[in-house]
Amino acid sequence: MTAPLLALDGVTVGYGLLPVLHDVSLQIRSGEIVCLIGANGAGKTTTMMTICGRPRVSHGQVVFDGTDISQHPTHEIARLGICQSPEGRRIFARMTVMENLQMGAIVANTPDGFESDLARVFALFPRLADRSNQRGGTLSGGEQQMLAIARALMGRPKLLLLDEPSLGLAPLVVKQIFEAIKELNAQGLTVFLVEQNAFYALKLANRGYVMVNGRITMTGTGDELLASEHVREAYLDGATGPEEEVSIS
Amino acid sequence: MRLADSGKTLGKKLSSALGDSLLAAIVAFALFSLVLGLRTVDSATGLTLEPRPALLATVVAIVFVGRLALNLFVWQTDYPLTRPFAKLFTSEPFETRDAVTLALAFVLGALGVAAGFLFTETLYGLIGALVLAFIGIGLLRRATVRTFPNLPYTQVFVAGGILFALFFPIVSYALESTFNLGLPLRYWFDLSILILTYVMLGWGLNIVVGLAGLLDLGYVAFYAVGAYTFALLATHFGLGFWICLPIAGAAAALWGIVLGFPVLRLRGDYLAIVTLAFGEIVRIILLNWTEVTGGPNGIAGIPKPTFFGLPFSPFAEGTTFSGFFGIHYDGLHALIFLYYVILVLALMTNLVTLRLRRLPVGRAWEAMREDEIACRSLGINTTVTKLSAFATGAMFGGLAGCFFATRQGFVSPESFTFIESAIILAIVVLGGMGSQLGVAIAAIVMVGGFEALRHTAGLQAIFGEEFDPALYRMLLFGLAMVAIMIWRPRGIVSSRAPTISLGDASAISGDLVRQGR
Repeated sequence: MTAPLLALDGVTVGYGLLPVLHDVSLQIRSGEIVCLIGANGAGKTTTMMTICGRPRVSHGQVVFDGTDISQHPTHEIARLGICQSPEGRRIFARMTVMENLQMGAIVANTPDGFESDLARVFALFPRLADRSNQRGGTLSGGEQQMLAIARALMGRPKLLLLDEPSLGLAPLVVKQIFEAIKELNAQGLTVFLVEQNAFYALKLANRGYVMVNGRITMTGTGDELLASEHVREAYLDGATGPEEEVSIS
Repeated sequence: MRLADSGKTLGKKLSSALGDSLLAAIVAFALFSLVLGLRTVDSATGLTLEPRPALLATVVAIVFVGRLALNLFVWQTDYPLTRPFAKLFTSEPFETRDAVTLALAFVLGALGVAAGFLFTETLYGLIGALVLAFIGIGLLRRATVRTFPNLPYTQVFVAGGILFALFFPIVSYALESTFNLGLPLRYWFDLSILILTYVMLGWGLNIVVGLAGLLDLGYVAFYAVGAYTFALLATHFGLGFWICLPIAGAAAALWGIVLGFPVLRLRGDYLAIVTLAFGEIVRIILLNWTEVTGGPNGIAGIPKPTFFGLPFSPFAEGTTFSGFFGIHYDGLHALIFLYYVILVLALMTNLVTLRLRRLPVGRAWEAMREDEIACRSLGINTTVTKLSAFATGAMFGGLAGCFFATRQGFVSPESFTFIESAIILAIVVLGGMGSQLGVAIAAIVMVGGFEALRHTAGLQAIFGEEFDPALYRMLLFGLAMVAIMIWRPRGIVSSRAPTISLGDASAISGDLVRQGR
């Protein structure tokens, strides 16, 4: 088996003196979609932010592509090829869609590649092309999420981090976004997804991790976790609509 | 603005309007009883209080009547009197009653102007002229918009402004020297140099506050650094203006970085407080380090700039400006030259800012203003970005300071108090953060407008002989701020031109977007 693209190895993290993650280990291999599910406050977003270098790891290692990045500053981690669509989207509200995408392309640092990258994300999210001259803040929630993902893609990531892409969106839009993620993965992109919407996420992912109170409690393929009694009870009952409505395949 | 409810009877309307106006009058009384109602007078026994009931009564009466009129004719009516005036600046068609109202206003305005000329009632003349100008500009605008709907009005306005700034001193000087019109040229030039200095300072601070979103209350410190750098280099080493200009800019930029480092982790209010302290520290050092800065006495004898080595003076060793060109010496030559120096400096500030906005660093500034965390996750080094914003903004402050020193010929800590920072910041905020045009307009209005207050003697007709409008500049300053913040909460020019676009780019009004976090 090849070395994973990203590996968290016994990572412990805290805010001040308050520990949040305890001895978290997880691996993401090239070409996979891996998802991390868990309840509110379990530490999912903290895991994602730890990968990006803030907060700092107090014990353990974060190894990306053979390098320990746990002490790198955030902007250098981004430059290594980890691009993030952060929780709450965090698009630049007063800048246009184009400018947002341009900001994303700073990491890629290939002036010639900008046009083709742009064409690629517009093919993925045609709505953004229609809105390219509009300010980010005037977009709808779903469009903002698309923009956040597109902005991350403009950096030509090796690993795409998605933090709660379904947050606050209508089911139809969630479906669109998840289809886009599937499409990206089919093109060879590795995706690490943090989700509360466990059903969708597990359906989509190759493998999943379950986090409870800052610890990884279960891991397995998406289907294994979906079938698991514990996961169904804790995260799925009543949490999703009827199954027939969902058709990500 | 309140909804007009037509269901109310006239009596109810009147009573609610009266009640509201009474309340406003009471508030006005409470506010002005100390501000205007009392005055401290120097007398033989020391300071005594002199009551001014007549003035207080006048002001309260004005508030009461004005509020009543607003209630009855604007707020509590189906047909607000302000509607036709607002319509002037739209493309909606006029109704008959709109036309009647406007015609009436026009006649009244004309009467005011006539009274102004016939009976030298300056105030009525001024108000009348303003009314006429308002209606005239509105009609003209409607006509031009209808005839040329696709003209880029902003660009035309900007081009006109720049052309005016370029030719105004030459043309007025030529007119004056040919026809001897008795124009107050010295005053005009002094004032426009002052305005341009503030335009440049506003544009410089706009980089820090408007683009990078770092609230800086101590900008005047960099202005001071630039001024003292030149003053010290000139008086100790005899260096000239043109050599010291880049040195002053570099020194200020360096101090920008020095300030930047400790505040890297601060944002918003905390940043504002530290920058405020920085401004005060610089001023207090200048005040107390007497051996170097001369303390409160300042530094005098700073040389004027030369025209490529030719001094502006009636007599000097070697060739003077007037001698070289074989023209008669005139003190205005130096002033006109200073005007062009500051104009070029200001335009350079503007040009550099506009270029930087389109470069990665400028875009990173704006993105950092919107969301610092997102910036970092996109691979932007926010440390470098912040420091570059501080340094660039400070550099332009330093250049302006260097110019200030040479124009005054004298610097002292008095010129670099907190109020200067506040005025510059007010110019940026009122103009519209990030908008170059807005900042320029705000600088002209704030500096030029308050200067104009010195000359409205007509107000004395209402408020009595001892009324000095200049004394109320700060009050009006506050009033203007409140007014702009009510009607234009994002500044005079709130739209932001995108730096890149597919197809047609259009500036989108800032009102449509909530404030970025």
